[in-house]
Amino acid sequence: MMDKLIFGRYIPGNSLIHRLDPRTKLMSAIFFIIIIFFANNIITYLSLALFVGLAVVLSKVSIRFFINGIKPLIWLILFTVILQILFTSGETIFFRLGPIILSQEGLINGGFIFMRFVLIIFMSTLLTLTTMPLSLSDAIEYLLRPLAVIKVPVHEIALMLSIALRFVPTLMDETEKIMNAQRARGIDFGEGNIYEQMKSVVPLLIPLFVSSFNRAEELATAMEARGYKGGEGRTKYRQLSWQTRDTLTMVSFGVLTALLLLLRT
Amino acid sequence: MNEIITLNNISYKYTDEENQYALDNISFSIEKGEWIAIIGPNGSGKSTLAKTINGLVEPESGEVKVGEFDLNEQNIWSIREMVGMVFQNPDNQFVGSTVQDDVAFGLENLGIPRDQMVERVHDALEKVNMLEFAEREPARLSGGQKQRVAIAGIVALQPEIMILDEATSMLDPKGREEVLRTVKEVKERENLSVISITHDIDEAAAANRIIVMRAGKVVKEGTPEEIFSYGEQLIEMGLDLPFPEKLKSSMKELGIRVPSEYLTEEGMVEWLWTYGSKK
Amino acid sequence: MDIRFEEVGYTYQKGTPFQSRALYDINLSIKDGGYTALVGHTGSGKSTVLQHLNALKKPTEGSITIGDRVVTATADNKGLKSLRKKIGIVFQFPEAQLFEETIGKDIAFGPKNFGVSEEEAMKRAKALLPQVGLDESFLDRSPFDLSGGQMRRVAIAGVLALEPEVLVLDEPTAGLDPQGRKEIMDMFYNLYKTQGLTIVLVTHQMDDVANYADHMVVLEKGTVVKEGSPRELFKESDWLTSMQLGVPSTVHFAQELERKFEWAFDPLPLTTDELAEQIKDRLGVTDQEAGDRV
Repeated sequence: MMDKLIFGRYIPGNSLIHRLDPRTKLMSAIFFIIIIFFANNIITYLSLALFVGLAVVLSKVSIRFFINGIKPLIWLILFTVILQILFTSGETIFFRLGPIILSQEGLINGGFIFMRFVLIIFMSTLLTLTTMPLSLSDAIEYLLRPLAVIKVPVHEIALMLSIALRFVPTLMDETEKIMNAQRARGIDFGEGNIYEQMKSVVPLLIPLFVSSFNRAEELATAMEARGYKGGEGRTKYRQLSWQTRDTLTMVSFGVLTALLLLLRT
Repeated sequence: MNEIITLNNISYKYTDEENQYALDNISFSIEKGEWIAIIGPNGSGKSTLAKTINGLVEPESGEVKVGEFDLNEQNIWSIREMVGMVFQNPDNQFVGSTVQDDVAFGLENLGIPRDQMVERVHDALEKVNMLEFAEREPARLSGGQKQRVAIAGIVALQPEIMILDEATSMLDPKGREEVLRTVKEVKERENLSVISITHDIDEAAAANRIIVMRAGKVVKEGTPEEIFSYGEQLIEMGLDLPFPEKLKSSMKELGIRVPSEYLTEEGMVEWLWTYGSKK
Repeated sequence: MDIRFEEVGYTYQKGTPFQSRALYDINLSIKDGGYTALVGHTGSGKSTVLQHLNALKKPTEGSITIGDRVVTATADNKGLKSLRKKIGIVFQFPEAQLFEETIGKDIAFGPKNFGVSEEEAMKRAKALLPQVGLDESFLDRSPFDLSGGQMRRVAIAGVLALEPEVLVLDEPTAGLDPQGRKEIMDMFYNLYKTQGLTIVLVTHQMDDVANYADHMVVLEKGTVVKEGSPRELFKESDWLTSMQLGVPSTVHFAQELERKFEWAFDPLPLTTDELAEQIKDRLGVTDQEAGDRV
């Protein structure tokens, strides 16, 4: 029970960032990823870093969690950064070997790309660390709502999303149980050649499918018994409420954008 | 009579090819406030029978009447509003992402205004003693707690009837006890009629009447005392033996003459007392 | 095969911000040829202990001796797999592990993974079906067409097919009807008695502990709080009740009689047969006393 990782690794808390409306946080994260491309010199990147740093401090979540967020992507980041460094030509060239060039511009560009990765990861990690997956799905539903006009089944999408989120821990548990049962019957997951590894997935996937279908069927029966007949005429229990702090957050993003536009070269 | 459920000659087959009826011409009725236990071995048709009551299973022939409604297309949703059902697997009926969301699910379906919803969710959770867990996710609840949430989801709808479809069979003894206690309390307070499908002796003992099913038919019907007096045959009926019955059969083997009627534990102590002093 | 835990601890996700300690200071021993019951609440660490019995998990502290192998945090992974052939685990709701097209193939799956030939594995499958209460006609049927109780039996056969020396059972009868429960528990007891299989039973059912086990380990909050024979441990019924584990119904009733009649049972009866025997003797005594009084 205790080892269960909540999907998206939400860390409960009561900080200012935690209390922000999920819509604010979702929009901010998306907005941040757009405006980061406005930055093109040291001062703009520093402003962004300062902004993210402030948000991290305000969230009162240990920096270790953010660094953990980078770890799985570290090879991708390094690969991109090295490519950038080695293949950017410029005026001040330190070293050249065939197509490989080491220039001042390359180094600076590499540094910027690295910053961009780190800041984006920090910002999206901040979103998932401080927002319950459920609230996030509420926010998505709210933001998708205008699409209902063009016949997008927003209610169904939202329900699917929230049920999927609710079942993530259950299915993770189930996966672990089935893996254990098959390992006890002599299967080695993650060992042997590719063919053997592919073969070893079958005894895991089939039981998972079977049990998921059973679950889905039972869940559907239970929902029907509880009077579920589609989105029509339904009321909603969960409500989102926009506060002054949310308005302020959006304003601060406006200020940040203006700053970036002024300072970029 | 104040009948709340009447089943009339219900028959049902899973597929047309099958010869065996899952439900074979079943009729019975339940009075308001009554607690019925339906027992029988696995595969005897208990769950199917329960599901005909709120139209989750549509019988091939026969009529179902719940309250003032005859079950049909038009009033199936009114009937589902009157009948709450707790299923076997606590995980597969938990729709909401947190306890309070799950309790609210049925209310949302009915289109209850939000301020009333908040109140009813609160009340229902209080009645099953789960208020302090309102914000919890299902992954961090025990099986017994999840079933209590399911009961709260039913109570919130203010139904007439609660059906427990082997609701305690996947729980540990502690969970089983807490769910049974909750059902008893809720039944009393809300004046519900209860149908519980079970293998559990304590759950069956809480009923006013026990219906025994075998191969799609009702084979016996009686009070718990009457049914429990079948002794070792109970196992074939899909029920655990009550402890005094087990002891009686051990004593019989030693040549001690034991009474044939059903004895509770206290009854057993008393009988031993008189047996000892008579000699 | 003896299994011994020495100062075993286990921490999930050690060294990450999510680490949590599941087991600590665990000392326990499982005797070769014995029937050990592992009891405790949900969350007491039973299932984590279980996964250490065949090295699905390695302890983060302490050592576990399984037969002549010692498993520690730093132990080499080589050969751990051979332990899993000797220690079969029937997990809770084991029917979830079925995946093959036919029942025969599913039962043969385990042995084949351990290098048993196809032919031999199928032979075992065929021989095991009657043992779990199904007949040979099931061999070529799909496991997914069976009833829940039958699926359970096939899954159990799939573990027995490994021909393990130790059989670990995690709530093997959960969700079955009483008839099925009794048949399956009797089958395991029979294996223990006739084939000398070592059995480890994880259970909440104190009646099963009383009826079958000769050794009992009580876990609470990640460590062993009591270990001994069921007869010894069930004497402390107040303690067990305060732990909300309960006592077997026979013990409960015997103690009721001790209170009411001022009897003292010796030894403490664990099964109804033992209790009936002692009541018979007692009633003989009461017989004379009653005679004196008249």
